[in-house]
Amino acid sequence: MKKKLLTIIFIISLITNNVFALEADVFVQSTVNRASKLLSEDISKTEKIEKLKTIAKDTVDIKGIGLYTLGAARKDLSDDEKKEYSEKFEKYFLKSFSSRLAEYTNPEINVYAKEILNKNYTIVNSTLKATSERPEISIDWRIYTKNPDQPLIRDLIIEGLSLARTQKEEFASVLSGNDGDINALFKSLEEFSNK
Amino acid sequence: MLIYFRVDYNIRTSMIKKFVIITITTLALIGNVNASSDGELLLKKNDPTEIKECWEGFNRASFALNQGLDKIVFKPVASVYRTLPTPIKNGVSNSLDNLSNVVTVPNNILQGEFEKAVVNTGRFVINTTFGILGLIDVATLIGFEEYEKEDYGQTLAVHGAGPGCYLVLPVLGPSTARDTVASLTNFVGGDAWYNVTVKNDTQYFNESDFYFSKVTSGIDFRAKNYDSIENLENNSIDFYASVKSLYLQDRQQKILNTKTIIDTQNDSDWEEIEN
Repeated sequence: MKKKLLTIIFIISLITNNVFALEADVFVQSTVNRASKLLSEDISKTEKIEKLKTIAKDTVDIKGIGLYTLGAARKDLSDDEKKEYSEKFEKYFLKSFSSRLAEYTNPEINVYAKEILNKNYTIVNSTLKATSERPEISIDWRIYTKNPDQPLIRDLIIEGLSLARTQKEEFASVLSGNDGDINALFKSLEEFSNK
Repeated sequence: MLIYFRVDYNIRTSMIKKFVIITITTLALIGNVNASSDGELLLKKNDPTEIKECWEGFNRASFALNQGLDKIVFKPVASVYRTLPTPIKNGVSNSLDNLSNVVTVPNNILQGEFEKAVVNTGRFVINTTFGILGLIDVATLIGFEEYEKEDYGQTLAVHGAGPGCYLVLPVLGPSTARDTVASLTNFVGGDAWYNVTVKNDTQYFNESDFYFSKVTSGIDFRAKNYDSIENLENNSIDFYASVKSLYLQDRQQKILNTKTIIDTQNDSDWEEIEN
């Protein structure tokens, strides 16, 4: 009886997992469709930016990207500094992310493949369709899949160039130009968010 | 008398040219020796984080100069260029790609990629003839594999030369010590297009054809990346560092002849971050 019960529980858990687990490629395509629909709406740029921020909060691992971007410096921060950094980074990231996307009108992105790297990461491959002004662009998405029910975007790799890595090297440059002073980075992030 | 001065002028010009090349080579190689050591993996050697910033003051000044030039010359011209009909832009782009085969093919050979050298030679012959001087990429239309440019910097890298220090050249833009030295090969016989336009006096081409092709290539690149560059500049807290990172990532990919994501080859930094 106990064995039967365990088997039933196991089968149910398998089924429910399959029902609720969101495949990384499906997640990317639905996120892209959501953003694309918003960008083609006839609303002001400010409204678009605010709505894009909501999409980013739902689908991007902002805290994870922030820690990665900080590189080795994250190990030297106190808890208070980490908290302050996370807050400032989120503001910076949302502004940067939404401003970048708000420039596009009705971008057509097609997801065509995925590569599961390990249980935590899947790379989803897609292309941004060419327009009369620019050629087709390949975009790969690094999806954090530790929680299969709620995958999150951790990086965008455009034509093989990682945005997270670029940001990380940019932050490292600010830190190294200021003798590793985290306050200099805080200042730069604040200035960007307030401009 | 006039002939004497002409010969004397040519000898002096040639000596100055040689002196400049030797000086640049020596300086760059000193930086190169200091910046890397033998025995490292190709991937590791060309990792952007491993490439040293030896001349940041000069580089940032040079970068500022290039930004100024971009605002005054390249950006306005590129903004007009990008409004041209797509077939014209594609034709120009194809033609420039086709011309670059004269540098790619020798480098295919120097890298031991003989099959690619044959394919690219075929591509050049077909596109120059049936493709009307390269305006139409007939080779791709009939099934040739995708074209990948190669240069002398990539060849040196493939044979184990480290990149040395990062360098921003006035007007020419980002580079590394190794790539700058390697590019000098183009001016001493390594670029057939340079040879028939600038170096040798032929009745078919002028010096201006070479410079025109280089400027057009710069404008074509700027136009293709118009929005991306604007976007990056507006959303960077250190634009210089962003450009450096993107350039070095792109260079690493070209050296490895890969389109896979380099960053995934070293996931250690990501793996530490678990929410």
